[in-house]
Amino acid sequence: MPKELWKGNEAIAEAAVRAGLEAYFGYPITPQTEVLEYLSRRMPELGRAFVQAESELGAINMVYGAACTGVRVMSSSSSPGVSLMMEGLSYIAGTEIPAVLVNVMRGGPGLGNIAPAQGDYYQAVRGGGHGDYPRIVLAPASVQEAIDLTALSFDLAEKYRMITMLILDGSTGQMMEPAEMPAMQEIKRKNFEWATNGAMNRERRILSSIYLNPLDEEKTNLRLLTRWQDVQANEVRYKEYFLEDAQFIVIGFGTAGRVALSAVREARAQGIKVGLLRPITVSPFPYEALEQLTGQAEAFLVTEMNTGQMLDDVMLTVRGRKPVEFYGRPGGVVPFPDEILNEIKRIAAGPVPVHSNPRVSWLHRATAHA
Amino acid sequence: MTTPNNLVYERPEAFTESPTHYCPGCTHGVAHRLVAEVLEEMNVVDKTIGVAPVGCAVFAYNYFNTDFVEAPHGRAPAMATGIKRVLPERVVFTYQGDGDLASIGMAEIVHAAARGENITVVFINNANFGMTGGQMAPTTLPGMKTSSSSLGRDVETQGYPIQVSEMLSTLAGVGYCVRRSLHDPKNIRLSKKAIRTAFETQVRGLGFSIVELLSTCPTNWGMTPVNSLKFVEEHMIPAYPLGDYKISEAVKQIKV
Amino acid sequence: MQKEIIIAGFGGQGVLFGGQVVAYAAMDNGKDVTWIPSYGPEMRGGTANCTVVIADHEIGSPLVKNPPLAIALNLPSFDKYEEVLAPGGTLVVNQSMVDRAAKRDDIHVIMVPCNEIAEEIGDKKLMNMVAIGALLTALPEIKVEDVEKALKGHLPTRHQHLLPKNYEALKRGYEHAQKEWDKVPA
Repeated sequence: MPKELWKGNEAIAEAAVRAGLEAYFGYPITPQTEVLEYLSRRMPELGRAFVQAESELGAINMVYGAACTGVRVMSSSSSPGVSLMMEGLSYIAGTEIPAVLVNVMRGGPGLGNIAPAQGDYYQAVRGGGHGDYPRIVLAPASVQEAIDLTALSFDLAEKYRMITMLILDGSTGQMMEPAEMPAMQEIKRKNFEWATNGAMNRERRILSSIYLNPLDEEKTNLRLLTRWQDVQANEVRYKEYFLEDAQFIVIGFGTAGRVALSAVREARAQGIKVGLLRPITVSPFPYEALEQLTGQAEAFLVTEMNTGQMLDDVMLTVRGRKPVEFYGRPGGVVPFPDEILNEIKRIAAGPVPVHSNPRVSWLHRATAHA
Repeated sequence: MTTPNNLVYERPEAFTESPTHYCPGCTHGVAHRLVAEVLEEMNVVDKTIGVAPVGCAVFAYNYFNTDFVEAPHGRAPAMATGIKRVLPERVVFTYQGDGDLASIGMAEIVHAAARGENITVVFINNANFGMTGGQMAPTTLPGMKTSSSSLGRDVETQGYPIQVSEMLSTLAGVGYCVRRSLHDPKNIRLSKKAIRTAFETQVRGLGFSIVELLSTCPTNWGMTPVNSLKFVEEHMIPAYPLGDYKISEAVKQIKV
Repeated sequence: MQKEIIIAGFGGQGVLFGGQVVAYAAMDNGKDVTWIPSYGPEMRGGTANCTVVIADHEIGSPLVKNPPLAIALNLPSFDKYEEVLAPGGTLVVNQSMVDRAAKRDDIHVIMVPCNEIAEEIGDKKLMNMVAIGALLTALPEIKVEDVEKALKGHLPTRHQHLLPKNYEALKRGYEHAQKEWDKVPA
């Protein structure tokens, strides 16, 4: 297929359609509304289900219902709306059924603003709904990646009976880039052995997240964690740039990662041996790749559009063996490459203390300028 | 097993053999049985998907011989929407209490009704939150004592009861909306007929259908089963009049 | 090679579409390209801008602080982007909507009366294409014919009958800018 210029949000919508999306339930919120708008035309045209729900709470529970029947189903929202969906996410996780959710993140907390941000990393990766549950979180940094990962997210969700989330910031949702759309997949209902789609001459089925006996719930928690080991072993994805001889390594996901790429290129042009690791799956996080790099690196720089959330995952891996520094722009501010370049230069000029708390030292630097 | 010649009562096939967990004298069991009989009589047990609520009926899925899912509190109409939209040929119903439907799930029920979702809702109104131990519900009568309105519901500070059937009947998406009661055999028969009509509304694609059933809660009301039936007759029905709140022209043609 | 362009003006001046046309032309030429708008309430009547980045490699940041190329279709955009343009850069200014000369002397400011030229062609909405034509004099990677092809390939069918006038707007803008360049001392 030839490349076309696709807007991120619309590309995700079309990619989902081509991956066999049978039902979409959503609610308007900037900066993801184009997903809803696009599918409000596209789904009825194909005779597939589309409902603009009364709220994100309604939307995620419609997703929950449709997911119980075993069809490919998705919702999308932006930060405040995703917060409302956390109830449903926990239930979907507890019921062990596949569903896809897209979060086009904006500045927060609270109503915040509609500018691009990455402040929902913790919510997506660690927190969110109640109870212990793993989930797969993919972080595209370009429109093509958004398309590819949307298609992948349905496969992963079904393979592991798990929520797969795409987190991208508003700028990837709004941006247009040349991208290749995969071919339209035929809808093939997979007849999962768990789906509640009407008994029709088989044993009846129940889908629920209730395990009233704590020992049964404990078993469920362990089962989820065991399944997560498979995900960690098989599904880690990341992209490396200029890492072969890198002494300094920048780590960033999504837009922060691609902005860092510009800075890394410029630093290379200035003779600094710096590379970039851009996690594509932020959950499972590429701990092993980072472990390998910990031997090679003189220092790390984590850059995010938040106050240092993925930073925790980096520090968990590096464990004080090498200096880790942080640079962030929270609240809906997108960093320019020169800001990250300055950080690279600062770190390359050294020395950087290994035991400092990178978040606190960054905060001191950030507030000293203000 | 031998079958007696004069068999007049047996477990519907739409029921599992699992004994229910409901309190003695509670009308949930009656309501369940009516739904089961209707599904069986309509020959749709095999293609029905039930949506259980959070509340006393949380384990409804243990009793019905159909596929079942268990919704978050109040969200059953949203889940039912998701199921029905991808499986329009199946029969989809929710079974919800008044805390579930009229309190936390008010948005979901109103919008499912407004969209005219082709689902059937069996709504149990027993004027309190049963499962959590008898707290005030939106349907609790003025002056009625509950564990969270221990001095009696004071409408000045705790608001007025919500009349769900009256409210939903104003929505164009609703095909069938009636209130019945389970306090005596005659009304139970009328309730069954209404449940049948509601499911017939759904299979004919005539829009949203809901049957509100005035029910008892002897345990939380602190009454004997017999007195609680009297309470329904003497106090609930005056506050929640029985009747047909909306029957669309198309639904009126259905003969059951 | 990497070039960054910001196109700015009032909402309704065709800022976003103008940027898309350049992006299409770059894409059709086999370049990597990003187009990113300012989005939100400012879409409604206020100022709008978009950033287009064109490169031979995987593009990093889709936003740029000091672009080498910009189009300012109104005075607020002229004020803003004259200040941030990279030294040596080129700023195409819609002369019809500004009442001052350039302040900086380390950038090239190309004044083009976009509104008047568009009105001469017969459609004032073509003002964005006049400006794009002018911009191409500073963007050798994309030729006028490339943009014409992009317009033909991507303009919705209902607007295809406007193609000849769009082509003319591009050409007139390009020619006007060339004359401006001729005035610049070598």
